[in-house]
Amino acid sequence: MGGSSSLLPQEALGEYQELTFLNKQEILLAYKRFSELLPREQRENACSVRVPKSQILTLPELRPSPSRQANPFQHRICHVFSTSEDGDDSMSFEDFLDMLSVFSDAATSDIKSRYAFRIFDFDDDGVLDGKDLEKLVNCLTGQGEEARLSSIEMEQLIRNVLEESDIDKDGTINLSEFQHVISRSPDFVSSFKIVL
Amino acid sequence: MSRLPTVTLRVPENTESDGREPSPDNEGALHSSFCQLIEEQSSLVAGAIEMELQERGREPSALLPPPHPMATTGLEPEQGEQHPGYATTLRILANMPSRTIGRSRGAILSQYYNRTARLRRRSSRPSLQQLSLTARSSLRHYDLESDPAHSTLADKQSLLELLSLPPAQRSHMLLEVPLSLEEKRSLRRQLSQKRSTPGLRAHSADPTSPCAWCQDCIVLGCRTFWYRFLALVHTAQPWHYALKQIGGRFGSSVLSYFLFLKMLLMLNIFSFLLLLVFVVALQAAYPPAVASPRPFTGLEFLTGAGSFTHSLLYYGYYSNTTLNDPSASSPSGNTSPPRATQLPYNMPLAYVFTIGASFFATCILLMYSIYHSFGKSYHVGSSTGVLAIKVFCAWDFKVVQRRSVKLQSENICTQLKELLAEQRLRSCPLSLPQRLRHITVLLLAWLLALGTVLGCVVAVHYFSEHMHVQEQGAAAGSAWQQEGVLLALPLIVSLLNTLMPHFYNLLAAWEKQDSPGAEVYVAICRNLLLKMVVLGLLCYQWLSRRVVCSAKECWETCVGQDLYRFVVMDFIFTLLDTGFGELLWRLILEKKLKSKQKPEFDIARNVLELIYGQTLTWLGVLFAPLLPAVQVLKLLLLFYIKKTSLMQNCQSPSKPWQASHMSTVFITLLFFPSFLGAAVFVSYTIWSVKPSETCGPFQGLQTIYQTLKVWVELLEESNPNIAWFSWIPQYLVENTIFLFFLTGVVLAIIYLNIHVLRGQHRIIRLLEEQIANEGEDKRFLIRKIRSIYEHKEHCA
Repeated sequence: MGGSSSLLPQEALGEYQELTFLNKQEILLAYKRFSELLPREQRENACSVRVPKSQILTLPELRPSPSRQANPFQHRICHVFSTSEDGDDSMSFEDFLDMLSVFSDAATSDIKSRYAFRIFDFDDDGVLDGKDLEKLVNCLTGQGEEARLSSIEMEQLIRNVLEESDIDKDGTINLSEFQHVISRSPDFVSSFKIVL
Repeated sequence: MSRLPTVTLRVPENTESDGREPSPDNEGALHSSFCQLIEEQSSLVAGAIEMELQERGREPSALLPPPHPMATTGLEPEQGEQHPGYATTLRILANMPSRTIGRSRGAILSQYYNRTARLRRRSSRPSLQQLSLTARSSLRHYDLESDPAHSTLADKQSLLELLSLPPAQRSHMLLEVPLSLEEKRSLRRQLSQKRSTPGLRAHSADPTSPCAWCQDCIVLGCRTFWYRFLALVHTAQPWHYALKQIGGRFGSSVLSYFLFLKMLLMLNIFSFLLLLVFVVALQAAYPPAVASPRPFTGLEFLTGAGSFTHSLLYYGYYSNTTLNDPSASSPSGNTSPPRATQLPYNMPLAYVFTIGASFFATCILLMYSIYHSFGKSYHVGSSTGVLAIKVFCAWDFKVVQRRSVKLQSENICTQLKELLAEQRLRSCPLSLPQRLRHITVLLLAWLLALGTVLGCVVAVHYFSEHMHVQEQGAAAGSAWQQEGVLLALPLIVSLLNTLMPHFYNLLAAWEKQDSPGAEVYVAICRNLLLKMVVLGLLCYQWLSRRVVCSAKECWETCVGQDLYRFVVMDFIFTLLDTGFGELLWRLILEKKLKSKQKPEFDIARNVLELIYGQTLTWLGVLFAPLLPAVQVLKLLLLFYIKKTSLMQNCQSPSKPWQASHMSTVFITLLFFPSFLGAAVFVSYTIWSVKPSETCGPFQGLQTIYQTLKVWVELLEESNPNIAWFSWIPQYLVENTIFLFFLTGVVLAIIYLNIHVLRGQHRIIRLLEEQIANEGEDKRFLIRKIRSIYEHKEHCA
């Protein structure tokens, strides 16, 4: 930990502390974990290097497993937090910090709900419609055949969810409606958390 | 069809050209004309077109990445019926504020600026009349045909708005705004550049006086210092890593048990420190003369008797005089010069005040925790929308282990299926004979449960009578026999408390409640009823002094010893329960039945055991001031043992468990029957029970409360100026009218709050209806635009 703090410039550390919800120890730990993902020669300037998605997914918090039962939202998380222009979902150190900041203890419920909305919006159109909800439920229930809901149950579920949350009755859930649903659940803030 | 567009265009014009508020009569006509038009137009075709519109509305907006909201890339028209109007309509739809609110940078910044500025101005909750649309004001500036130049203009405008905030607010806003870290850094750099240019200084609201600059520096400095301090506190929290491990493997539900344990530990440490400083340490410094202390055997840890009887552990050890009294003659007879720092210390007063203070402080802390928990977990109108909440909030991102993730998916699938089945059942209710059968089963189960509670109580009563008789006979026997007799009652009670919850679980499995949530509540109810009724009986027995005990002349020490034995037995049985219930069961499941399943961690049962143990401690504090220390040791050991057993032997529960809701329930249960019951018992003892004649700090007095009365009288005599001080106990505490008045005030506050809540419910319903109506309007307008284009196509 002492070694990595000398590699991260003090001014950048202060700025990160001010602009994210992480404290100093968490930022340094993130830096350590991030530089471990890089090959040895690139560790010196970890700040400016982008790590490809496959490397990011080796982190235990996002790791896929042979039985494919890992965090089912891993791809969406990488996609939402990545700021790469190529669209290859590679993450820089700042994207990584962003992700940890949003998933940290101190982040506000507002920020978490905004990012949760973006993660659940599988087709990136700014609203959650029936198809998004179907993909979401399939992610939640897992990949096994016996674990999935039947099509009748899925239809009933999507119909009920839309009935409960779609207030303006346009068949989709936009950000405000999503935040309204989330505000009624006190467990959201504690479950939308990743701790390194 | 061609006639209708002209008709519809006329109607809005009429209402707008009026220029005055429509009277209620006119409004009625307006609505009905809209209804008519909507009905004429709406048909299956309209529904199909709307679906198509939404489907198509998705594709063009996929081309809009977040930082460039208004990059209006052209759309390729799809196959099928194509009008040029489609492209424009779809573009309009994709750029609607409700769809882009989360993504356009300028909109986000302006929304957060307005919110921060509003926060700065207000000091308390805003009233409902003040809710304005300021959050969306700059969204209205968004034009449909916005080009990149326009968007940068909007950005510049939002930057200027940001500059007008003071730096503390600005950094707070930057922290909370949902942009990526790169963009935040560039914003910060731009802002600091702009601040350094003197030209814009005049526009910003910051006064250029050095005073305000100093103030800003101080505020920023304090804030950095505060963040550093919080970081230090955060890492210094005990068990931080262990709790993270548990949460990562089992999720928030099991974690709530360990957090509850931690809270109890903190409460006990606080009580213990208070008692240590004001009572125990001072008595230890001035030990009374004890006649022939008994030899120490190892059995004392179990029974609390023997050499522990005349020790700091129990009430009987504490003296009833003023310690270090300068007027008392020194026992050695030497002429030791009086020391300058002679502070007399009135032990009885200190004893009663410290116990009172620790109860009062615990009460305040518990009420604050309940208030805090309630604020987080109960919301206005939160009873609906269970499915949506389950779908959006059920996934616990903390869980990282492969097996746990798979388990979580399975659990969520089961819970969703159960909820859907429940809904289907509700839509087609049970037939009459089925319902009757269900009700009979429920009644029978409750009768059985209450019957067992009664049976247990009667059994404990007769057993303690029997033990009393045995004790008379065993007084002549060996030491082992005597100790054995002492331990029998706690053994039986702990055995009942451990076995009956398993029986209640079996009963619940037979009963099959409608919803799994109700099952948990019923189990908790029955369990709690049993424990509290048995404790009530024991309290009655202690106070009527029919206690099996060895030091007859000092009944308080007797009661203290009994409670000590109960606490120790409870701990031993918890260990046995963990060993048999979890370890042995897992071995059986693995080896004999060869199933992969592990026993589930029963959260409700374990939390109720903790509550029971804590009640015993609170009951016993008056009679054994060091009992909180014993409880602290017990909780520490329990944490590590439970954690180890959990990691090795258990899996997380499959039933749905709303962690924060249940935490609130448990803290409420800790306060309401447990703490209040103990407080009532202690208050009754202090008020009306005669302390023993020969031992303890209150020897010879009529009641313990008399100490306070005597003290107040002494104060009055010594200083007539503070005679008003005696007014407080006389009129406030002893007079019942004040209590009635207080109860009346509390009831009035509750009544008002209920009415405020009802009003808020109503407003929420009205607002939801209004939003649904706006949605209808939107659909109506879209259909109109489409039909106008079609009409133009036909004419062209």
